[in-house]
Amino acid sequence: MGKSPASYIGGDFSRIDGPLKCSGRAVYSSDFNFPGLLYAVPVCATIASGRITGMDTAKAERMPGVHVVYTRHNIGPLHRPGKGDGTIDEKRPPLSDDTIHYWGQYVALVVADTFEQATDAARHVKVSYQEDTPDVSTQLAAAEKPDVDTERGDPESAFASAPVKVDHTYRSPPETHNPIELHASVAVYDNGHFTLYETTQSTMNHRKVMAAMLGVPQEQVKIIMHYLGSGFGGKLWPWPHALLAAAAARNLERPIKLVVSRKMMFESVGHRTNTQQRMRLGASHDGKLLSLQQDYLWTRSREGDYKENCGEATGFLYSTPNLRVTAGYARRDVGYPTAMRGPGAVPGLYAVESAMDELAVALDMDPVQLRIKNEPKVDETNGHPFSSRHLVECLTTGAEKFGWDKRQAKVGSMRDGDTVLGWGVAACSWMAQRLPAQISVQLNADGSAHVASATQDIGTGTYTVIAQMVAQLTGIGLDRIEVKLGESTLPPGPLSGGSMVTGSMVPATDEATRAAISQLLHTATGSGGHFAGVSADQLTLSEGRVHRKDQAPDDGVPFGKILADARVDHVSGKGQSKGSGDDPKEKKLSIHSYGAHFVEIGWQPDIARLRVRRVVTVIDGGRVINTRTGRNQIEGAIVMGLGMAMLEDTEYDSRNGAPINSNLADYLVASHADTPEIDVTFLDYPDYALNALGARGIGEIGLAGFAAAVTSAVYHATGVRVRDLPVRIEDLLNAPEQSAA
Amino acid sequence: MQPFHYIRAASVEQAVAAAAQTQTAQQGAQIRYVAGGTTLLDLMKLDVETPARVIDINHLPLGEVEETADGGLKIGALVRNSDLANHPKVKAHYTVLSEALLSGASGQLRNMATTGGNLLQRTRCMYFRDTAMPCNKREPGSGCGAIGGANRMMAVLGTSEHCIATNPSDMNVAMTALEAKIVIHGPHGERQVPIEDFFLEPGDTPQRENVLKPGELITHAILPPPTRGVRSHYLKLRDRASYEFALASAAVVLGVDNGTVRHARVALGGVGTRPWRSHEAEKALLGQPADADHFHAAAEAALAGAKPYSQNGFKIELARRGLTKALSTAAAA
Ligand SMILES: Cc1cc2nc3c(=O)[nH]c(=O)nc-3n(C[C@H](O)[C@H](O)[C@H](O)COP(=O)(O)OP(=O)(O)OC[C@H]3O[C@@H](n4cnc5c(N)ncnc54)[C@H](O)[C@@H]3O)c2cc1C
Ligand code: SF4
Repeated sequence: MGKSPASYIGGDFSRIDGPLKCSGRAVYSSDFNFPGLLYAVPVCATIASGRITGMDTAKAERMPGVHVVYTRHNIGPLHRPGKGDGTIDEKRPPLSDDTIHYWGQYVALVVADTFEQATDAARHVKVSYQEDTPDVSTQLAAAEKPDVDTERGDPESAFASAPVKVDHTYRSPPETHNPIELHASVAVYDNGHFTLYETTQSTMNHRKVMAAMLGVPQEQVKIIMHYLGSGFGGKLWPWPHALLAAAAARNLERPIKLVVSRKMMFESVGHRTNTQQRMRLGASHDGKLLSLQQDYLWTRSREGDYKENCGEATGFLYSTPNLRVTAGYARRDVGYPTAMRGPGAVPGLYAVESAMDELAVALDMDPVQLRIKNEPKVDETNGHPFSSRHLVECLTTGAEKFGWDKRQAKVGSMRDGDTVLGWGVAACSWMAQRLPAQISVQLNADGSAHVASATQDIGTGTYTVIAQMVAQLTGIGLDRIEVKLGESTLPPGPLSGGSMVTGSMVPATDEATRAAISQLLHTATGSGGHFAGVSADQLTLSEGRVHRKDQAPDDGVPFGKILADARVDHVSGKGQSKGSGDDPKEKKLSIHSYGAHFVEIGWQPDIARLRVRRVVTVIDGGRVINTRTGRNQIEGAIVMGLGMAMLEDTEYDSRNGAPINSNLADYLVASHADTPEIDVTFLDYPDYALNALGARGIGEIGLAGFAAAVTSAVYHATGVRVRDLPVRIEDLLNAPEQSAA
Repeated sequence: MQPFHYIRAASVEQAVAAAAQTQTAQQGAQIRYVAGGTTLLDLMKLDVETPARVIDINHLPLGEVEETADGGLKIGALVRNSDLANHPKVKAHYTVLSEALLSGASGQLRNMATTGGNLLQRTRCMYFRDTAMPCNKREPGSGCGAIGGANRMMAVLGTSEHCIATNPSDMNVAMTALEAKIVIHGPHGERQVPIEDFFLEPGDTPQRENVLKPGELITHAILPPPTRGVRSHYLKLRDRASYEFALASAAVVLGVDNGTVRHARVALGGVGTRPWRSHEAEKALLGQPADADHFHAAAEAALAGAKPYSQNGFKIELARRGLTKALSTAAAA
């Protein structure tokens, strides 16, 4: 059934893959099975720093069902990726030397007939080590002179002479992504060719890296990822287990399945690194920012060049003549850090927005007003105009929905019975960019459409929004549009990261669909066609029917019939999006999303219980293509932000360097019972700088700033300013605001 | 997980006979009973438990809650936590037990977990659960990982220089406040042990957690008849709102007559190396006015002997607040 034009964009559509997922028919990467498949289980280092001095695999090799134990002596050639060979954080190939860089590093791989046999044998590989004292401290000092990310004016002297100052250091702990789906690889090798079923957020990058590290041409590697049980950035780039699985498949010429355990998820597949950020803000008495300095540090592993870009939004969020952001790192004996949902901006805005809140307290000014007062007219990092910025409206709309005008500023002054209420606010921002993308659209004689791209749906709804885009242009119902994603042999599509897929796919899908429609109209006007003799440009396709522009769709002909009658099976078109970085016009614009969070916490001093009670979030994220999947992204990010603010912390044992709380009972994330009422509003201003639909991405912005809104609310209730996440019971036990009046 | 033999027991006698050959019923047992499996299978996957034989007791006739002659309750070892929590008599007369059970784990786990298994669930100490770490409980003599390491969740009462792990159960705390008796069947017949004598403090043998001997099977827990005019309550404090073990919890059974405390049973969870009965708190309450000052004094008394470690000192104050609140809630109910 066709729908009237424009109705497929902006509505509330459930996921087209929802029924498959709810009924267990969606085949995830680790669900693939093949005849002759063997199971691989890694042996993990039990030191964080030092060397392997010996390894006894004899016992494991003799155990039932065991085919082989791989060590660095028999795994075969694996290579470091060259420049331009794609992105991977841990560039050192697995099992390449005896040096241990972090706890849990793979030191051997057991392959057996069953998972249980391989697991048991892995336990019987005896490894001896020479252990060095590891350094996993989260107290950071820069290893080399910090870089200046951005700078203007003379921030030092402006700060020195500012009448009102704030100077504090904020810390965020290492966080582990913990998507419910474990990382996994199923590797099939056939005569020089690899087919790799991977848990990846980027089939194309995965192919590039795997080919380079396996030492084969890219054409010999095919990556498949149809459904992902989320990744949160942890699955953007390949990890060593994927190489081990592929290498074992090549060596044994048997399909290999390797599923990373929950414990290994804390060790060898990346994490959000911890940060330590000194914030110095200077302002005039009336709240005008005079100087803003952010000196941030983050942890790197022993190798690798990961940067936690905490200053991402700092330069343009507020107006100030003097500003400097510096970036420095320290190296520790920990696994490789990687991007996690909202990398950089999420820890960065925790510090920036906390400092703004502290400045508001120092000024005795409303924190919403302080932000509005410092709203910039242009992006002050480069003088570029904003493509579409409505931060002030986010703040005012949120304040109204939340009832902010009823806020009593005095700490501990608001109550609900014995519960002390705290109200907090923070702003947020996230980049908006477009990546190169390709897609093909095919219109079929049976009245259906087939759309294909190598980009992937990581659970966020990409299958659905692409179908919506095609439906919008053709009027073909969502139930007749088949979207095929997640295979590296399809038209190359972008990685699912940085909230960029939706915006990137718009121009390509637009072009491909229009090209297919044009083929269709030519078929219609061809000799013997339904509209023979009519010029194609007098025709159009709407509601799934080809008709003259001056006719109603109902007077036209279903497009499938046009094709069928012409004995044409299908017509198709290809489309391509250019990256926004390549577009000189876009390079002269500041394109970002914005938002504001308002949070109410409840503090029960008599039992030291802190809970988030209510959240109002307003997002300026361009035009929202699907309000359901869109709201779902923001709500999910807020729940994650609650975890960041109050629960999450990967704890390394300082004596041996092990992430000790490496399971979901001891690494706490928010549970359903922690989830408060969440009110999400999209301002829905289209931003045409990126694409014709005015869409930006919304996967990450909801997490940015949220922790600062919580700590702001905690301060308002308790008088305790927590500058070291997460906020814990022990931080608040001595709160000045103890028992209820 | 190492391979093991699976044996399904058809009767209590058969189960006990099959298990009698184990050299210990404590850490390192060569033979284990399995009930709901929610503790045992986890630990077997982690190689913390490595029994060569596992005896499935799920088919034994121990699934009933019966009334005893004196009006108490006899709870079969296989009664699931969900069923026990929702049993009308438990809800009506042993509120503290129902509340404790419902505050534990998750719905799915409570549907599997049994009364006997819950009594014997093992500590959540992270070092105990990781075979790469030193742990005196798992491997006597290897050292205690927690004392100088991550000990935020650990005990502050009943600890020793060898082990500071908590008994993590919520149910056990309520059972302790209710003065339950544990019915045990062994190769030499049946015995009953008051719950207070059932669990051991770690001392220098943290691998021994209770008085069970090889082959002994828990068949029932017996609750004494409810005391007239008492109110009971369980309060659990933790970081997140559900699905987390207690940082501190309190089970109280309180009888107040004309503003004076006539009956008091107090137990603490999350802070002790075993379910922690506090006779000190009870003494501080009995015969005293049921008011905030005395509840506070009872909480002070309960925690008087507490010993903090590097990360868990806050638990002492948290437990005090929890107990004070539980008492005032029970008194006001
Ligand atoms: C993720 C998670 C969260 C949890 N959260 C909580 C919580 O918040 N609060 C809480 O209190 N608990 C919690 N638990 C623990 C849970 O309550 C226990 O795992 C459960 O009660 C154990 O019961 P079971 O029948 O499954 O025991 P099993 O695993 O079958 O057995 C446990 C032990 O008892 C022995 N055993 C069992 N029955 C008998 C018997 N009749 N006689 C002699 N020996 C026996 C077994 O040999 C084994 O050693 C949690 C568990 C998990 C996995
Ligand atoms: S506290 Fe007990 S269980 Fe934990 S490491 Fe120490 S000895 Fe082992």
